[in-house]
Amino acid sequence: MGDIINIFIKSAFIENLALSYFLGMCSFLAVSKSVKTALGLGIAVIFVNGLTIPLNWLLDHYLLNDFFGQDLTFLRFIIFISTIAALVQLVEMVVEKFSPSLYNSLGIFLPLITVNCAILGASLFMITKEYDFAQSVSFGLGGGFGWALAIVAIAGIREKMSYSQIPPALRGLGMAFFLTGLMGMAFMGLMGIDPAAFK
Amino acid sequence: MAEVLIKKEAGAFSFGKEEKKLLTDPLNDNNPITVQILGVCSALAVTTLVSKAIVMGIAVTAVTAFSNLFTSMLRNYIPKSIRMIVQLVIIAFLVTVVELALKAVNYPIWKDLSVFIGLIITNCIVMGRLEAYAMANKPWKSFLDGIGNGVGYSIILIIVAAIRELFGKGSLLDFKIIGPTSEYLLNTTSSAWLSWYTPNNLLVLSPAAMFIVAIIIWIQRSKNTKLVDIS
Repeated sequence: MGDIINIFIKSAFIENLALSYFLGMCSFLAVSKSVKTALGLGIAVIFVNGLTIPLNWLLDHYLLNDFFGQDLTFLRFIIFISTIAALVQLVEMVVEKFSPSLYNSLGIFLPLITVNCAILGASLFMITKEYDFAQSVSFGLGGGFGWALAIVAIAGIREKMSYSQIPPALRGLGMAFFLTGLMGMAFMGLMGIDPAAFK
Repeated sequence: MAEVLIKKEAGAFSFGKEEKKLLTDPLNDNNPITVQILGVCSALAVTTLVSKAIVMGIAVTAVTAFSNLFTSMLRNYIPKSIRMIVQLVIIAFLVTVVELALKAVNYPIWKDLSVFIGLIITNCIVMGRLEAYAMANKPWKSFLDGIGNGVGYSIILIIVAAIRELFGKGSLLDFKIIGPTSEYLLNTTSSAWLSWYTPNNLLVLSPAAMFIVAIIIWIQRSKNTKLVDIS
């Protein structure tokens, strides 16, 4: 149980998908203009990440590694991205049925998560780190939570920045890059912390 | 005398002004990274060495060009409801081929790039150009658009990697230029002026790539004022 919480903390703060590995940057920079939309996208990413990583683990473990004696791991990319696309479609339908208000507020962001580098990247990291099933659930939820935290934080900063005097050529995207770099440096202060030390 | 306006029929593989624009626009005015905000994820982690940046640039150019080509050839036959999945399968197929080819040709660089070759599948440039251009245009033009965007992406990558590698490690393409291990120091006697430089380790860390891209955007938008406040 202890190492499951450790993995959650590690993937959320110490090895943050957005600020340590800089994954999912496209939507991170494009959507972070206001806190409301950033929060919507963050929640959607937590959903999708928490569901696809365990599912991909199951597929990899039972299907790709030993398909009647054949090693099908070269099909990893195709299988993973298809799972992600199918699951995003499914999550969209479920959310639309059970919570129309949430569906309306998420809007276009739900289908856009399919091509978010962070989702596929997290699945591939799960493979290289060789987690087991329970650890992969924790890794999925933690990774999504960390990404959501990062995008809401930078949206807050960018909202405040719109009142500052920035040179015209640096307004908007240039400033977003600087901010992300500075936040990345801040998160590096957390690197090297071993969550197991806090038992 | 009646003047007849003859319009030159565009052939299947013509290379006129429009086609040239497809190749040159993404280099400056419509650059994938600095204007369209596409392809930023992998642009940061692979720019620690110029060799990695060049390999990544070639891979992304190949994948974008050929996926644009195939999708454009199939654009009238894909049903709207499964559009995304078909696109993703085409891209995943091409990326698998590129990854296996890289593994065979240059194993050390494949080991270095590991996860990021796979991430070309979700590289926003590939998907973005498919949706924005290839789904509505003919195959030859889509192919050129793919090449243009790939080259625009590669240029930014190589600039960032050159700065990071030169000032962060003191070498370029594994050829050590400045710093204590400078090759010039070993070969000549009067090159002490190159060895005073201590490599700046901040540039080896990933946030530095963010700062360098921000400065590139700053310079680009100062020179090209129609890009100001565009995103």
